[in-house]
Amino acid sequence: MSTIGLQHYLFISALLFSLGIVCVLTRRHAVAILIGIELILNSASLNMIAFSRFGQGNIQGSVFVLFIIVLAAAEAVVALAMILALQKRMKTIEVDKTNSLKG
Amino acid sequence: MIQECNFLWLIPFLPLVGAFINGSMGYHLHKRLGEKINHSISVILPWASCFLAFWAFFQLRSLPEGSILVNHLWTWVAVGAFHVDLAFSVDPLSSMMILIVTFVGSLIHVYSIGYMHGDKSYWRFFCYLNLFMFAMLMLVLGDNLLLMFVGWEGVGLCSYLLIGFWYEDLNNARAGMKAFVVNRVGDFGFLVGFFILFWSLGGVWNETGYQITGNFSLTFRELGGMIEAASQKQLWGVPVLTLVGLFFFIGATGKSAQIPLYVWLPDAMAGPTPVSALIHAATMVTAGVYMVARMNFLFVLSPTAMTVVALVGAATALFAATIGCFQHDIKKVLAYSTVSQLGYMFIGVGVGAFWAGSYHLLTHAFFKACLFLGAGSVILAMHHEQDMRKMGGLGKTMPITRWTYWFACVAIAGFPIASGFYSKDEILWKAFNSGTLLIPGWIPWLMGFLAAGLTSFYMWRSYFMTFTGPTALVHGHEPEEQKPVVTWVLAVLAAGAGVLLFIGLPHLWMHTPSAIEQFLSPVFSAASNLPVAGFGHGAEWGLMAASVAVAVLGLMVAWWLYRGRKSEVPGRILERFPGIHRVVYNKYYVDEIYHATAVSGFLSISRISNWFDVVIIDGIVNAVGLFTRVLAWIDGVIDTYLVDGMVNLVGWTVKNTGMRLRRIQTGRLPTYLTGLVFGIVLILVLVRFLMDTTS
Repeated sequence: MSTIGLQHYLFISALLFSLGIVCVLTRRHAVAILIGIELILNSASLNMIAFSRFGQGNIQGSVFVLFIIVLAAAEAVVALAMILALQKRMKTIEVDKTNSLKG
Repeated sequence: MIQECNFLWLIPFLPLVGAFINGSMGYHLHKRLGEKINHSISVILPWASCFLAFWAFFQLRSLPEGSILVNHLWTWVAVGAFHVDLAFSVDPLSSMMILIVTFVGSLIHVYSIGYMHGDKSYWRFFCYLNLFMFAMLMLVLGDNLLLMFVGWEGVGLCSYLLIGFWYEDLNNARAGMKAFVVNRVGDFGFLVGFFILFWSLGGVWNETGYQITGNFSLTFRELGGMIEAASQKQLWGVPVLTLVGLFFFIGATGKSAQIPLYVWLPDAMAGPTPVSALIHAATMVTAGVYMVARMNFLFVLSPTAMTVVALVGAATALFAATIGCFQHDIKKVLAYSTVSQLGYMFIGVGVGAFWAGSYHLLTHAFFKACLFLGAGSVILAMHHEQDMRKMGGLGKTMPITRWTYWFACVAIAGFPIASGFYSKDEILWKAFNSGTLLIPGWIPWLMGFLAAGLTSFYMWRSYFMTFTGPTALVHGHEPEEQKPVVTWVLAVLAAGAGVLLFIGLPHLWMHTPSAIEQFLSPVFSAASNLPVAGFGHGAEWGLMAASVAVAVLGLMVAWWLYRGRKSEVPGRILERFPGIHRVVYNKYYVDEIYHATAVSGFLSISRISNWFDVVIIDGIVNAVGLFTRVLAWIDGVIDTYLVDGMVNLVGWTVKNTGMRLRRIQTGRLPTYLTGLVFGIVLILVLVRFLMDTTS
């Protein structure tokens, strides 16, 4: 086994991203979609941190990841609040059924 | 000598103030405070004018002979050499006129208090009367022709307003209109004369344009000196002064009711009786005589014009007198009598005896006003019945009216105990003795002489029919004498008709010219050297005796036929000659002839004009309108289908596209996400391949 390199991280990251996309596109449950989004964000974070580590050695990538974590937390708060509101209003969080914003 | 006199403007101005107050506030004053306030204002102001007129008269008397009082207010028109002032002047003639107008006028104002009592337009009546006084005083006081014309038109207007005073009755309104229109015909003559005079005094045309030669003035005293220069000029082959004189005389025939324009005056009796007395007997209708007398310097230069004036006057005197003999309406009798007496005045001024014409004007103002007001008193007592056949015996119950009417009849019929004899006889003698006319003087004399006999007859006829015989009853009561405000006025006027004889005692008796002749002579100096036929004293005595005889004859015939209303003779005479009676009673059908010729002629012209207006003018207007409408319709079509079509097409396209596109807005989150993902992938793929192709 060779040492773990940049390609591995990128591969993992791409895998995570693909899983996240599939999750977002296929799930009908709002919370599951939220989880998919978290996966996508984490894949991006992983990408960043990998480039930071194997790049030219600056820490801008790591700082970005911190921002992304904070952003993800904030996003989770807002999204969960919206999901609660959706539940209260429509009695369901199945995104297929919440289509009242159509043109 | 010209003396400045700064209060003359007040004489016409004071009645104007009265007219203004009553015209603007009269209705409210009448409602709040009653009739008293209306007539107080309108009666006091003319009396104030009368006082000023007397003052001016005495001031004029105190100056040497030939003086004039002038009150120059301001320059009215100043265009190049043409210069007209707003100025009033008093010479003996106009001082006599303002005395007549203010004194008789004020008396008639007083009389109107009684006559118009209870009328719903009381204030309006006094407003018009005062306005008339203003206009008449402007006419006689005006220093120049233009100012005189202002008054001339003003009195015409007031005459129209007052004849149609009770305008609810269509006949009254019609009579007012007739008076106005006939007067307009005369005014047209006045204006044409005015323009020709103006032209004749003026300059010449040469290559540089119109050149003014000499002085230009329209004031009467300066015109007199200038007129000689125009005496050689001719227009259309006629001496220009003859033309001017004839056109002015047409104006005079309109205003003073002479043949051929006399027809309005009998109809003017539709107005209230004080109006008939003031305007249509004493003052306004004498304006024509006054104008001819005022322009005496012009008329003496044209024997043709004078002959026409005298002949028309004589013909009118005789013609109107014959009609007057057969009228039943007491006011119509007096109206024709007025026309006839005005004819005498024109004989007087036509034969060059301007002072005699003016003197007759003065005496006539008194006795005819007295007759009219007496008739008004009778009409009031009879409850507005004017037909003499329904009157009779009023002498017993109305003594003052009766005796004043009697005395005025004496004056007009020409008995030597009242003033009418002296003025009329002087005119007849001057006519007989005239050497200026183109015809022998006895022709106008004879016509005037016959008219004198007829005058005596019809006046006594009216007197006997009204005041003698069995007493007429009105609604079962005997008519009563009027209030003092009416009877006093009658008494004063009758007294005036008597007293005035003393200023006109003939030369023949007194061996000096009469007072009025001396007084007026400065104004008529141009006429002092007119040739006379040269009949002696014997002829004058003879004519005088003949005048008295014919007056007595008229009285005798009237006495025989109408005294006590017992005689059957008038009825039998009428049955014998029904044709003659019918023709004369219907005023020789002059109105009908005018109607068939002039009036219907003008009506057809106006009908043609109306047709032209309706068909041609309106047609052009309507065609333009139609054209515009068609144009607008085409424009509308373009607007609707082309412009709006384009606008709508844009809107329709956007709307339809939107309708199609809104389908992709499903509202379902997965669809959006799928779109997002595939979109990004697409972009990435595109970027990838585009990068490849470019790099």
